Amino acid sequence: MTEYTQDQATFREVVTKFLQAKSTPTDVRRLMASDEGYDADVWQQLCQEVGLAGTHIPEEYGGFGFGPVELGIAAEEMGRHLYCGPFFSSAVMAGYAILNGDSEANKQKLLPEIAAGSTVATLVLDSVNDPNQVGRQLRVTGKELDGTAPIVTDAHIADVLLVVASGEDGLGLYSVIADADGVKISPQQALDPTRKLSRVAFSGAEVQKIGHLSESGLNKTWDQISVALAHEMIGGAQQLFDSTLEYTKVRVQFGRPIGSFQALKHRCADLLLELEWAKAATHHAAFCLASGQEPETASMAKAMASDIYMEAARAAVQLRGGIGFTWEEDTHLWFKRAKASEVFMGSPHTHRERLLSLMEEAS
Amino acid sequence: MNENCPDGAKGPGEIHTGSTKINFAADTQRWMEVMAERGWTVPNWPKEYGGGGLSTEETKILYEEMLAIGARAPLVNMGTRMFGPTLLEYGTEDQKQRHLTVIARGGAPWCQGYSEPGAGSDLASLRCRAEDKGDYFLINGQKIWTSGAQFADWMFCLVRTDFEASKHNGISFVLLPMDQEGVTVKPIELISGSSPFCETFLDNAIAEKRDLVGQLNEGWTVGKRLLQHERSGQGGLGTGAQRSRPVGVTIDLEMPDVLNDYVNDPSIAPELRDRVIDWEMKSAAFRLTQKRAGEESRDGKTPGEATSVFKLYGSTLAQDRQDLIVDLMGHQGVGCEDETFTSDETGAARSWLASRAVTIYGGTNEVQANIIAKRVLGLPD
Ligand SMILES: Cc1cc2nc3c(=O)[nH]c(=O)nc-3n(C[C@H](O)[C@H](O)[C@H](O)COP(=O)(O)OP(=O)(O)OC[C@H]3O[C@@H](n4cnc5c(N)ncnc54)[C@H](O)[C@@H]3O)c2cc1C
Repeated sequence: MTEYTQDQATFREVVTKFLQAKSTPTDVRRLMASDEGYDADVWQQLCQEVGLAGTHIPEEYGGFGFGPVELGIAAEEMGRHLYCGPFFSSAVMAGYAILNGDSEANKQKLLPEIAAGSTVATLVLDSVNDPNQVGRQLRVTGKELDGTAPIVTDAHIADVLLVVASGEDGLGLYSVIADADGVKISPQQALDPTRKLSRVAFSGAEVQKIGHLSESGLNKTWDQISVALAHEMIGGAQQLFDSTLEYTKVRVQFGRPIGSFQALKHRCADLLLELEWAKAATHHAAFCLASGQEPETASMAKAMASDIYMEAARAAVQLRGGIGFTWEEDTHLWFKRAKASEVFMGSPHTHRERLLSLMEEAS
Repeated sequence: MNENCPDGAKGPGEIHTGSTKINFAADTQRWMEVMAERGWTVPNWPKEYGGGGLSTEETKILYEEMLAIGARAPLVNMGTRMFGPTLLEYGTEDQKQRHLTVIARGGAPWCQGYSEPGAGSDLASLRCRAEDKGDYFLINGQKIWTSGAQFADWMFCLVRTDFEASKHNGISFVLLPMDQEGVTVKPIELISGSSPFCETFLDNAIAEKRDLVGQLNEGWTVGKRLLQHERSGQGGLGTGAQRSRPVGVTIDLEMPDVLNDYVNDPSIAPELRDRVIDWEMKSAAFRLTQKRAGEESRDGKTPGEATSVFKLYGSTLAQDRQDLIVDLMGHQGVGCEDETFTSDETGAARSWLASRAVTIYGGTNEVQANIIAKRVLGLPD
């Protein structure tokens, strides 16, 4: 693992400062109650002024030209501040899918718009658990797409849907205009209202083919998304850990701070350890992606980040007692995001199995 | 190094422990001697005390080169890992001259006289009494769990020199030779049937005044620092080349080859597969964090309270690994010396027993969690 450079540390400060001002728990609560789930003005500032949506997009396509490490920094801070907006769907998921595709024309057209935030895109996968299951529901015949994707993030606000579907010659990446005929987007009421989900059904929707998608191409995209998501998750886990630790120092029972009770001390010590290793694994995975090495580190990062996020979330509720169970206290916002992220882009179990099979292939 | 490293000192096998009471294989002995000539048994100690006088950066290179030729560490013992570094920080010039040079050459093995029957986790409640007799201390009491006492020439020892003061303030850190009338050593048989540690009885044992390390009644500070060195070794932060596996090039199954057969057995329970992979991930993440901390500590920082983080996690991982190995082996994992078991299988059973100790010695896991909560997380008492 390599250390962050001074520039990367400065980048983190810029992101943090922006989110501290624009993504407070009050903002999060306001947005999660809205249908859109995001603030269009803040999204524009995030793209135009800070340029975050173009973090990993090369300069020739209107981005910053940084890599997975910087994208990870941005995602980590967004997870910590529970940013509500299409950053993950549009910049990370759709952005990576297009970048990995072989259509130069589409890169030139779509990526600058995604980086600028003027187009919101999302990636439509018919399985968000296992890359091996992708392409079983969504099929393209000729220029028409049929089938259903049960879970799509931010489809309700997307202009363009990037769809992975099976065609006559195997898996391909297709683009579909979100309000075209034959596209039905049904927003879902889901547990985590800070990232909006929809069910998307296609019946004869017109597609434009972006390119063929090999198994390794799909896995690469999956890895990149998983690593960015793992960053988001350790950011959230860190936030829960810090706030919980603080709480145990100030809440008094039996005439002493509850953090002086050994059962709580040991639980906090265990959390610290797991969090440190999950952070190490996640940061390492970004450095590996940046140097084109070791696909297995992505699964490791996603599995460990999922485990610690849920572990921190359980402790955050338990160690607060009754107040942790209330709507008024903010803990549940992260608690729900932790669970929703755990099962998104591969459960920890899926990633463990994936890691083991990668290792078996290698040995 | 390659020219001077005998084949028998490469790969896994015996490492010289500096004992004068044990015969080592010829290659192990020779490797220790040629490395000691250059001070490379303790490369980063100053030359005047038998070290190599190497900078942090140079030491790192030396270990990398050793790793590259597959050489084992030439010498590892309590002197090189725990007592030496502590004496470098707290010892007098005379103490360093007399003791460090011998340690560096692989002489005078040391043992640790900390624990007593009534003072384990609560080490500061120790009662072994040392009386000031002018130019020496007269020591009476009992130590227990003294690893390697039967093979040791010297003991570093925590004794009480002030019975009136509060428990942390009346302790002194002294050094005493084991070959004297007042010291009796009685091996204790272990869970694994072997006896690497002892009860040590001190009846009018003598420690010279010039072998008081640090100030009188301020031995707790010295003793604690030594524990940090001990724990950083147990947490894998030690600088011994045999530990410095390459990190992060690929995650590889750290399990021994024989296990592949078990892991790949299609009838294996999914729960066990999950545990294997979970262990691998944690071990890889642990090594990544270790590497960063190792770099920091080689930059000259002395190990601090964070060593408890590594001790706690490292010992848990080590123990989980042994549990997992015997679990994978099923009934073949509970063998003893019997021809129906392979040597890997009986080895696994032995290691499994031995691994019970890692979460106890050097301060139990519960005690490490207490230290982390207090010193790292700042939780109140
Ligand atoms: C293989 C081996 C080698 C050793 N070598 C040496 C040596 O060379 N020199 C030496 O001096 N010592 C040595 N020891 C001793 C070792 O340091 C002690 O065994 C250890 O510190 C625990 O002390 P104890 O055995 O008295 O257990 P106790 O302190 O009685 O602990 C019993 C249980 O109570 C728990 N406990 C105690 N206090 C607390 C607390 N405050 N909070 C929560 N839980 C608590 C412990 O975690 C443990 O589970 C060795 C031990 C082993 C197993």
